[in-house]
Amino acid sequence: MTEHAINRTGEAKSHRTRRRSDLPFFLVMSGISSCFILLIVLLLAADLMFTSLEDFKAAVMKPEIQSAFRLTILSCTVAALLSIWVATPLGYLLSRYRFPGRLLIDTIVDIPIVLPPLVLGLSLLILFHLPIGGWELEAWLRDDVGFPVTYRWPAVILAQFSVSCAFAVRTMRVTFDQINPRAEDVARTLGCSRGQAFLQVALPQAWRGMIAATTIAWARALGEFGPILVFAGATRMRTEVLSTTVFLELSIGQLNAAVAVSLLMVVMAAIVLVVLRVLGTGLTS
Amino acid sequence: MIEFKQVCIRAGDFQLDKISFEVGSGQYAVLMGRTGRGKTTILESLCGLRRVQSGQIMVRGMDVTHWPPADREIGYVPQDLALFPTFTVAEHLQFALKLRSFHKTQIDHRVEELAEMLGIAHLLKRGIDGLSGGESQRVALGRALSFRPTVLLLDEPLSALDAETRDEIQALLRTLTDSTGVTTLHITHNTAEAAALADRCFHIRDGQVIEDAKTN
Repeated sequence: MTEHAINRTGEAKSHRTRRRSDLPFFLVMSGISSCFILLIVLLLAADLMFTSLEDFKAAVMKPEIQSAFRLTILSCTVAALLSIWVATPLGYLLSRYRFPGRLLIDTIVDIPIVLPPLVLGLSLLILFHLPIGGWELEAWLRDDVGFPVTYRWPAVILAQFSVSCAFAVRTMRVTFDQINPRAEDVARTLGCSRGQAFLQVALPQAWRGMIAATTIAWARALGEFGPILVFAGATRMRTEVLSTTVFLELSIGQLNAAVAVSLLMVVMAAIVLVVLRVLGTGLTS
Repeated sequence: MIEFKQVCIRAGDFQLDKISFEVGSGQYAVLMGRTGRGKTTILESLCGLRRVQSGQIMVRGMDVTHWPPADREIGYVPQDLALFPTFTVAEHLQFALKLRSFHKTQIDHRVEELAEMLGIAHLLKRGIDGLSGGESQRVALGRALSFRPTVLLLDEPLSALDAETRDEIQALLRTLTDSTGVTTLHITHNTAEAAALADRCFHIRDGQVIEDAKTN
């Protein structure tokens, strides 16, 4: 082969390289991604097609479901607010300090995430009713404090909090990991105590993470079912939240009402997620 | 003003063993040495952000070895500046004064004075996003000097600046330190920078702080 011919072959090869398209990359990536999106959309579409507006209205007008709706909103909000109060200092400590037992605490925080929900409910039930030398937590709360917990609304909130707080702690820890600790160090040289550096320098930078953690905690609390069923029971008009409503309606064969309540939960979750995200974006800009 | 007496500091893989040096009141000292030899570690120990294994650190004749950073009254400008992302430029200059419960008129007066001195009066209402390297450096300097510390620590303050801005900030540093009389310890790799600024020049060699014979 002559030198000229070799050069021409080289040129032709380089032309082919330049003509390579990114289309297969995007097709494969979006094809795989769309499987999941399609699954969720189909699930929601099937629910929508199964029920009708009349069924939905009828279900929503039921006093039991209205009561469950109110308790759900209230309990999820209280659980999410409690979670963010606990998650912010705990996430900060885990992110900033290396102390004995840190690994153990890190693992303990994750236990509610990996534990089967029913086991968590059972554990809560046992904790409140375990006799310790004749003393029992539930009996003490009921008789001495006048605040019974088990099978009442506080049990709903505690069950939701136990799981949603773990997710909030994870989110807050990542949030503080991403914030440069040097700013807090400099604040301390300027005259801050550690507490002032946390409150005045770190915390104002963490608000987006706090919104994310509250959202995640709220959404987790909304979806909670197993621990609530075991620890708070499923008493209509008393400890019934929407996830328990779906179970109760299904158990009495009211499939239409169960699907209507499911859709109501989807709408609630979507509204909360969108509102908090818009709030987050608005605050950023 | 600043005195290290037989100070041992362990940081990661290396150790500074029994380092001793002294910088007099109002002097501008430069500390040089190769990367990873512990220059920043010395600065952090001085301002209280790093514990020392043994020895004594004296500032203004007081043993501050175990004092928290807040009580040492030392201005610190780290290499990455570490400005506060949620603060405006004015809030950076006010921060240390508010912590000391200064009256609002005193704070306003001091902020005005600093902004004038540093040439950042037009930036006071701005956040720190979008500030140039030189402007950020001036804000960090203003924040460190706001509470009139007697000691100022600068960790490679000119390293990330372009040549023109570097000359400006270098001149500003000299003016500021002369006018305030603050005792300064400045870390750099640059010999020209050291020659232009330093009253005293120290080097870290073999884990020891040794003063340059010319300035000794």
